[in-house]
Amino acid sequence: MDGEELTEQETALYDRQIRVWGPNAQRRLTKSHILVSGIKGTVAEFCKNIVLAGVGSVTLMDDRLVNEEALNANFLIPPDENAYTGKTVAEICCDSLRDFNPMVHVSVEKGDLSTFGAEFFEKFDVVVIGYGTRVIKKSVNEQCRKLSKRVAFYTVDCRDSCGEIFVDLQNYKYTKKKLEETVECELNYPSFQEAISVPWKPIPRRTAKLYFAMREVFEESEGRKHGECSLLDRAKVLEIKKKLCEANSVSESHIPDNLLERLITGHTEFPPACAIVGGILAQEVIKAVSGKGDPLKNFFYFDAQDGKGVMEDISDSFTS
Amino acid sequence: MDTQHQQSALKAAKVLMVGAGGIGCELLKTLALSGFEDIHIIDMDTIEVSNLNRQFLFRRSHVGQSKAKVARDAVLRFRPHINIRSYHANVKNPEFDADFFKQFDVILNGLDNLDARRHVNRLCLAADVPLVESGTTGFLGQVTVHVKGKTECYECQTKPAPKTYPVCTITSTPTKFVHCIVWAKDLLFAKLFGDKNQDNDLNVRSNNSASSSKETEDVFERAEDEDIEQYGRKIYDHVFGYNIETALSNEETWKNRRRPRPIYSKEVLPESLTQQNGSSQNSSVTDGDSMISVMPSLGLKNPQELWGLTQNSLVFIEALKLFFAKRKKEIGHLTFDKDDQLAVEFVTAAANIRAESFGIPLHSLFEAKGIAGNIVHAVATTNAIVAGLIVIEAIKVLKKDVDKYRMTYCLEHPSRKLLLMPVQPFEPNPSCYVCSKTPLVLEINTQKSKLRDLVDKIVKAKLGMNLPLIMHGASLLYEVGDDLDDIMVANYNANLEKHLSELPSPVVNGSILTVEDLQQELSCKINIKHREEFDEEKEPEGMVLSGWTQSPATNGESASTSNNENAIDATDSSSGPEIVTKKRRLSETKPENHKKEAENVESEEDDDLVEIENPMMVSKKKKRVE
Repeated sequence: MDGEELTEQETALYDRQIRVWGPNAQRRLTKSHILVSGIKGTVAEFCKNIVLAGVGSVTLMDDRLVNEEALNANFLIPPDENAYTGKTVAEICCDSLRDFNPMVHVSVEKGDLSTFGAEFFEKFDVVVIGYGTRVIKKSVNEQCRKLSKRVAFYTVDCRDSCGEIFVDLQNYKYTKKKLEETVECELNYPSFQEAISVPWKPIPRRTAKLYFAMREVFEESEGRKHGECSLLDRAKVLEIKKKLCEANSVSESHIPDNLLERLITGHTEFPPACAIVGGILAQEVIKAVSGKGDPLKNFFYFDAQDGKGVMEDISDSFTS
Repeated sequence: MDTQHQQSALKAAKVLMVGAGGIGCELLKTLALSGFEDIHIIDMDTIEVSNLNRQFLFRRSHVGQSKAKVARDAVLRFRPHINIRSYHANVKNPEFDADFFKQFDVILNGLDNLDARRHVNRLCLAADVPLVESGTTGFLGQVTVHVKGKTECYECQTKPAPKTYPVCTITSTPTKFVHCIVWAKDLLFAKLFGDKNQDNDLNVRSNNSASSSKETEDVFERAEDEDIEQYGRKIYDHVFGYNIETALSNEETWKNRRRPRPIYSKEVLPESLTQQNGSSQNSSVTDGDSMISVMPSLGLKNPQELWGLTQNSLVFIEALKLFFAKRKKEIGHLTFDKDDQLAVEFVTAAANIRAESFGIPLHSLFEAKGIAGNIVHAVATTNAIVAGLIVIEAIKVLKKDVDKYRMTYCLEHPSRKLLLMPVQPFEPNPSCYVCSKTPLVLEINTQKSKLRDLVDKIVKAKLGMNLPLIMHGASLLYEVGDDLDDIMVANYNANLEKHLSELPSPVVNGSILTVEDLQQELSCKINIKHREEFDEEKEPEGMVLSGWTQSPATNGESASTSNNENAIDATDSSSGPEIVTKKRRLSETKPENHKKEAENVESEEDDDLVEIENPMMVSKKKKRVE
């Protein structure tokens, strides 16, 4: 159905994973184009995973010049000042990733994500935003949604030893095997804006606290560069917490203060959490591209403190 | 937060990684990024092409080099100032003894086989060093923490035994493709190309078993000047035609079974294959023995393609011809190897022809290779996630945060919304023969079993001992080591061939043996119980060890014993319910269904090559049985 067969070289290289997801899924992977913006530790892990899996192409965007901070948790950047001076994070990461799998086309795109139009995003099957303001995430998500083809949209954010993944597959149909038969499934995803502005009151109490905590931290960090929050903002975040909890008529005890503190003071990513969240994100992208397996809907949270990796389906279905 | 404190603790820690494969590459990277600065790594393997899709520290140019060394060099490129020491060696080597293990603060396993895992577990217990153990299969994975006296050891729970099939299912009544593979690989391939002196059940036993075995033996002998193609056809007709006819004559066998169809070469192949023969001679030998293939000469390119009966028959004959034409010297001592292309082609073809005969769906070379080579599914993402989880547990172990230790399961389908499920570790099992010295019981026929049987089938295969020593009271019956003098070696060798009851210090009903492994610093007692008879199908070893593994007697319950297959399924599931209910957690109880899910995942073996034949299938079956 997907045209040409895998080459002998591909079959040999991808042998062990073809045994997991089959040759058809592998063919679809080799034809997929992935855009990745914002490359910190978690996204570096993600990129490594999809390049190894053998996607068609990966386009990297991150115009930051490499500095000490960018090195943290990012094994794609060798700590050699002579090699990285004057280069952007995307350029350095591109070199490393090409090396991992010569069969994947890895390239760099410069510029500000918020200035690109729909025709740019149309070239991709998957868009992943590693870091960026809520405004940018929202606008890219809307651009993707306007296109006639479905572009899978993901955001990922790791702070301290916590991580969040958001997924928007719009209207997604896939097949899965139930016992011996194959069943058709259909999922409808809310947009990024819809998913983050669901009223809190009807959301079940057992929902991951991280969902609420992350929303507050974003409220506070709006307009700042990633990682520029500090303990000084604690008072401000607590103020926002009070405001949001009141507006949503939920008790303030809903969101533990120490969790908020970890999120705003954790400047550096925790590498094991990056490996875990970057691994889950890659698995989800592989599922969405190959059409195999139940995809995540629509948030995933990991916290190394309790060790749980939990899926949360947060849409306005709670209200209806 | 105590981040500063934590960083200096990691910096000071000395850790040992065992395995630099799928999990190992990810683990070494994550350890280095997390701030570990003194890492030792042992791996005996060299790099292969099929590793490159996930073992991201390796490149095509590294194929053939030591995994441990290349992994070290690769990580030093992005963390140049840390200390990584690599050992290209087997972790079971005597230099890695308890004293060696004692220098580390924690041991991290990323292994691919049960044997090495058990060995490391014992050394960790002997050296009293905590162990973080891991494994993955496809999207499933698990990480567990083993700290002496605090949590269970790796062997507190029964591990699924390597899968075996009743002999008659393989020789006479296959119902699954895997049965045909086992037949093609362990019987036919071994008979034709392996050690001629080995026992082999290839020929079906007909009811009138007087039929001389001498006669059939000769079929497999190739006369000096016999044409190879004629010889190949003779073998073909014998195993796919004559043997099936013989089996059909046992009417009793086929009462409730589908009757197989004998297949003769003249029905499927043209009179002469000389044409193919000519071309195959030209196009084959280029890249050494492991690359010799019949596929190009037969116009077969895609290993995922299904071959029909004729194609399989051509591959069978041509592969056999090529073995004699190009690899004659190896015949007589070949063993099946998944990286030997011609062997894989031959086994695929033979299994498919047999499958056709028994009405079992045929499989592609790609699939057949996976089954024959026990290739376990592996993806980079699960290994990366598991490596992250290992480091999180390792940090807790260093901080001695006992209450926070978790075993974590990576699930393919969420269970109660969880994709990563942490569970409280179990307490040590008080009846574990490894960490709590509980005596084992061995039922054995002391008049008919030799000491050699006990050493091979129990001490080595079941107890996983590497350098065993066996004592009966004060009398030393057997011992292995470099420092033994010739007289002792001769004595021990003589003992090996004696029946237990005839040993210098006779081992009879009620005897207590002490079995030790000095390297593993493990010692256990075995109570001997004499028993006359053993069920050939259920207890093919002719002895039953309990306190170590499931007792076959209780397995029958969950299976309808209408045919052999169910008995096998029951064996797979036996690590299930009974054992689970015996276990206790340190605290907090989880819902029952989680526990079962966890059990299923835990039985998974790992990354590259394992003994159990298809872990995914095992766990599925298990669910159904429950």
